[in-house]
Amino acid sequence: MQKLFIAIIFTILLSGCSGNWGWYVVNPTTDGGITNLIFLLSGLYYTILTSVVAIVISIVVGLIIALPALSKNRFLRGINRFYVEIVRAVPILVLILWVYYGLPQVAGITIDVFWAGVIALALSDSAFEAEIFRAGIQSVDKGQYEASHTISLNYIDTMRFVILPQAIRRVLPALGNQLVYMLKMSSLVSVIGMQELTRKANELVVTEYRPLEVYTILVLEYLVLILIVSAGVRWLENRLGTDK
Amino acid sequence: MGRIINVENISKNFGDFQALKGVSLDVSVGERVVICGPSGSGKSTLIRCINGLEEHQTGTIEVDGVLLDQSANSLSMIKSKIGMVFQQFNLFPHLTVMENLTLGPIRARKMRKSDAVDLAMEYLERVRIPEQANKYPVQLSGGQQQRVAIARSLCMEPTIILFDEPTSALDPEMIKEVLEVMTELATSGMTMICVTHETGFARNVADKMVFMDCGEIVETAKPDKFFTNPDSQRCQEFLDKILHH
Ligand SMILES: Nc1ncnc2c1ncn2[C@@H]1O[C@H](COP(=O)(O)OP(=O)(O)OP(=O)(O)O)[C@@H](O)[C@H]1O
Ligand SMILES: [Mg+2]
Repeated sequence: MQKLFIAIIFTILLSGCSGNWGWYVVNPTTDGGITNLIFLLSGLYYTILTSVVAIVISIVVGLIIALPALSKNRFLRGINRFYVEIVRAVPILVLILWVYYGLPQVAGITIDVFWAGVIALALSDSAFEAEIFRAGIQSVDKGQYEASHTISLNYIDTMRFVILPQAIRRVLPALGNQLVYMLKMSSLVSVIGMQELTRKANELVVTEYRPLEVYTILVLEYLVLILIVSAGVRWLENRLGTDK
Repeated sequence: MGRIINVENISKNFGDFQALKGVSLDVSVGERVVICGPSGSGKSTLIRCINGLEEHQTGTIEVDGVLLDQSANSLSMIKSKIGMVFQQFNLFPHLTVMENLTLGPIRARKMRKSDAVDLAMEYLERVRIPEQANKYPVQLSGGQQQRVAIARSLCMEPTIILFDEPTSALDPEMIKEVLEVMTELATSGMTMICVTHETGFARNVADKMVFMDCGEIVETAKPDKFFTNPDSQRCQEFLDKILHH
């Protein structure tokens, strides 16, 4: 169904090949077209790498930030609120620019494009991950903590073996959504020059001056990538089961 | 017989509400105490204070020579001495029966996995469901789940075991199988405190009956006297209600 839909759109667009349209820039039957397509697709590497590294970091950070939110201690809960509110308030694009251009000066370090992009994306996403984990952990019945108490589990073991496995199963769909969201947001790191899908497209547009055709391919690249990832996430959900 | 639990004049507030108003209770080694009383009288709160699930405000609790203060050390010593079985079973739903049973022994008692599995099998046999070891809790009946919960407590080899209305969430036909396991445990010499309204069980196994009302222990007596001729009016009224139902 989805494939059919894409094919139809593609045909409609291709039908405008005459006149002002210039599909030749991405025509896979010509050498030039192939070169351009390969150039565009080569951005896939950084799009995926950036997103995956960023989501892993943001999940870990999100989990660490979520835990104090569950504490009885008001100060610890305050730390969580502070982090979440601040980070959520900053637009991702602004955060990317600040981490790339500002952070090196503040911290006196050098930071390359890749890590600047990853850190900014991870930071921004971690606040959302923290909220997801908080909700997931809070949805676990308090009887589970009490049972852990009676079999003498310490806090770390209680979290690791009892609470988190249940919480993570429940938040898996939300984590999957975050990954998809991250893949899309990663296009923003093109502004600092990361060689991912969007950056490649921008560069090709500059040399070929065919924005419609190049950006249409870009749209399709993201579309296919995200459909595949979504299917993967659904498969994983089914395998782990939302709740045992 | 030596005294193993000494609760001395404890009180417990939830905000403005006083759930326990100066409760004292002594339990000897091997003694079987049954607590009953109307809903909201503080039965659960009392036994939850004894194993540190709730923090009492005044008074003292001593378990097997250890004073329960909120230091991590005293709490962990007391936890290791006391097992508890809940009304809602509170099994870990993402783990198999075997994993439910071996988690505590492996992580808290630092047992080797193979030893923990042997131990778990031994207790599963005692609660008569060794064939369910590899199932998940949802695949079991309520009665079976509660027996797994009892076995899980026993795997920690506690000296005392607390029951908080262990049969209240069960269908009548499953109550019997759980009470049988509990009775067997009682005859094995385990120190037990049971909150339950199962009068048959209480008459059979209790060494001491405790009646609570409004956050206080109103009556303490041997079962014979308790069920036939209690001293207090409130206790008599309560018994009339649960016995002639
Ligand atoms: N966490 C809590 N926060 C506030 N009030 C509580 C809390 N736990 C118990 N209470 C109150 O304390 C009182 C005693 O509760 P408790 O659970 O000990 O009663 P119970 O005798 O076990 O009753 P039941 O037979 O219904 O289980 C009740 O009025 C209850 O509402
Ligand atoms: Mg209760």
